[in-house]
Amino acid sequence: MSEIVVPAAPRRRRKFSRNKNFRRALPWLVVAAIFIIWQFFVDAFQIEPFVLPSPTAIFAAGWQWQGPILVNAWQTFMTTAVGFFFAIVFGLAVGVAIGSSSLIYDGFYPALVGFNTIPKVAVVPILIIWFGVGSVPAIITAFLLSFFPILVNVATGIATVEPELQDVLRALGASKWQTIRKVGLPRAMPYFFASLKVAITVAFVGSIIAETVGSNSGIGNLMLVASSRFEVPLAFAGLLVTGAMGIAMYAVASFIEVRMTGWATRGSGMGGNT
Amino acid sequence: MKNFVDMYDVSLRYGEDGDGTLALENATMRVDSGEFVAVVGPSGCGKSTLMKVVTGLWAPTKGGIIVDGKEVDRPLSIAGMAFQNPTMLPWRTTLDNVMLPLEIVQPHASKIRRERKMYEAKARDLLALVGLKGFEDKFPWQLSGGMQQRASICRALIHDPALLMLDEPFGALDMFTREELWLAMQDIWLARRPTVVLVTHDLREAVFLADRIFVMSARPGRMIAERKVELPRPRALSMTYEPYTVGLVLDLRDHISAAREVA
Repeated sequence: MSEIVVPAAPRRRRKFSRNKNFRRALPWLVVAAIFIIWQFFVDAFQIEPFVLPSPTAIFAAGWQWQGPILVNAWQTFMTTAVGFFFAIVFGLAVGVAIGSSSLIYDGFYPALVGFNTIPKVAVVPILIIWFGVGSVPAIITAFLLSFFPILVNVATGIATVEPELQDVLRALGASKWQTIRKVGLPRAMPYFFASLKVAITVAFVGSIIAETVGSNSGIGNLMLVASSRFEVPLAFAGLLVTGAMGIAMYAVASFIEVRMTGWATRGSGMGGNT
Repeated sequence: MKNFVDMYDVSLRYGEDGDGTLALENATMRVDSGEFVAVVGPSGCGKSTLMKVVTGLWAPTKGGIIVDGKEVDRPLSIAGMAFQNPTMLPWRTTLDNVMLPLEIVQPHASKIRRERKMYEAKARDLLALVGLKGFEDKFPWQLSGGMQQRASICRALIHDPALLMLDEPFGALDMFTREELWLAMQDIWLARRPTVVLVTHDLREAVFLADRIFVMSARPGRMIAERKVELPRPRALSMTYEPYTVGLVLDLRDHISAAREVA
């Protein structure tokens, strides 16, 4: 009688890199690593704080000036939010119009592209002449920067509805508006929400540009004042706050995207790369 | 009623300047009310163009179409359509996909809010008829290709269209699913008796389902032959292997081969 030796099936070890908690902590670890290397670099080469302040100096400055930073961050956040809101409204409306009518597309698109090519920094001084120093130019700059990506994405989503689907609806006697409402708009939603993630970050850029060029409040203004007084750690603290706000807004947009258009990622959880 | 669809002398040339390809040339086809008609032909012969012309989605360059006694000058609002590609809306459940036409076609569109329960029951019955019971709340991407195609046929039928236009709806399916759906299609047609125009390249399918078969020539498409299928209803799949059917398929095949050689 021969003994049959059944080899033990090699047990698959779950790779640590697939660990969910590790994955979740990874972005924080990366940020922490950047700060540690940065700190080490500054200490080792004894770089002057007004050239490149160390993270500890930046955090110290941030703590010391937390009052003004909060006030100005809130100001920047509000101008960005208002500009972004208008960008959503206009981007959706114009995107639907351009995406659903080749006539409007042919007529307006070249002009819009041309307009979008203008560097917005160049527009800010004009806005200041028109509206004076304050929140309004910042809101408009945030709007101008963020509305184009929304518009293009919504228009693309609507314009690329499958021809067969359009035939199905037209053969039912659906009006243009019904086709847009039942198919075009829902279909454009993944594009729309994806564009929000891009738009919100460029809206921040817009606000801060305007605040830097001509305003008396906001993070952009704070950084300008700080660097003119050689308070470089404070300027960097402003940068960090801006970055953090950008990430937070991106996360919010991304969360909404997953909630609203889970069907587009087929429920695989891939869309939620917050 | 005779001649529910009357397509006379239709020519269609692509492009607005009149120098595009001629897709249809003097194509004539008459379909009785409640009749099941199949259109076969070599690939690229303008079968799909024919569908679009009959439903009024495209206007013919010459000739005209009369459907239900009225000249077609705009997209019909009474037609149900299904294509080779199921084109389900991925953000709607299967049930909601099937109910889409009810939200557009009158008188259902104005009643659907109040009588949603009734319409839902109707959609569920229809889905059960094609073997999709239990899948009503699944999303299309959770269904197999054949299941999506069944749902797409339900969508074409839900509003009881007087005219059903099928553009190779079973073309992308495997043989077994296809035959299964032929049977389902026959049951539905026998129960409701819509007028059906089925465009296909599967001759067995045409013979199994249709009362009459039109053969189109290569582009520019026109009707070169017409065959009546003398098989009793309801038909069984085994009939497609009987000498009569095989003879008819071979006959149709010869016509199409000849049409291909001319091209």
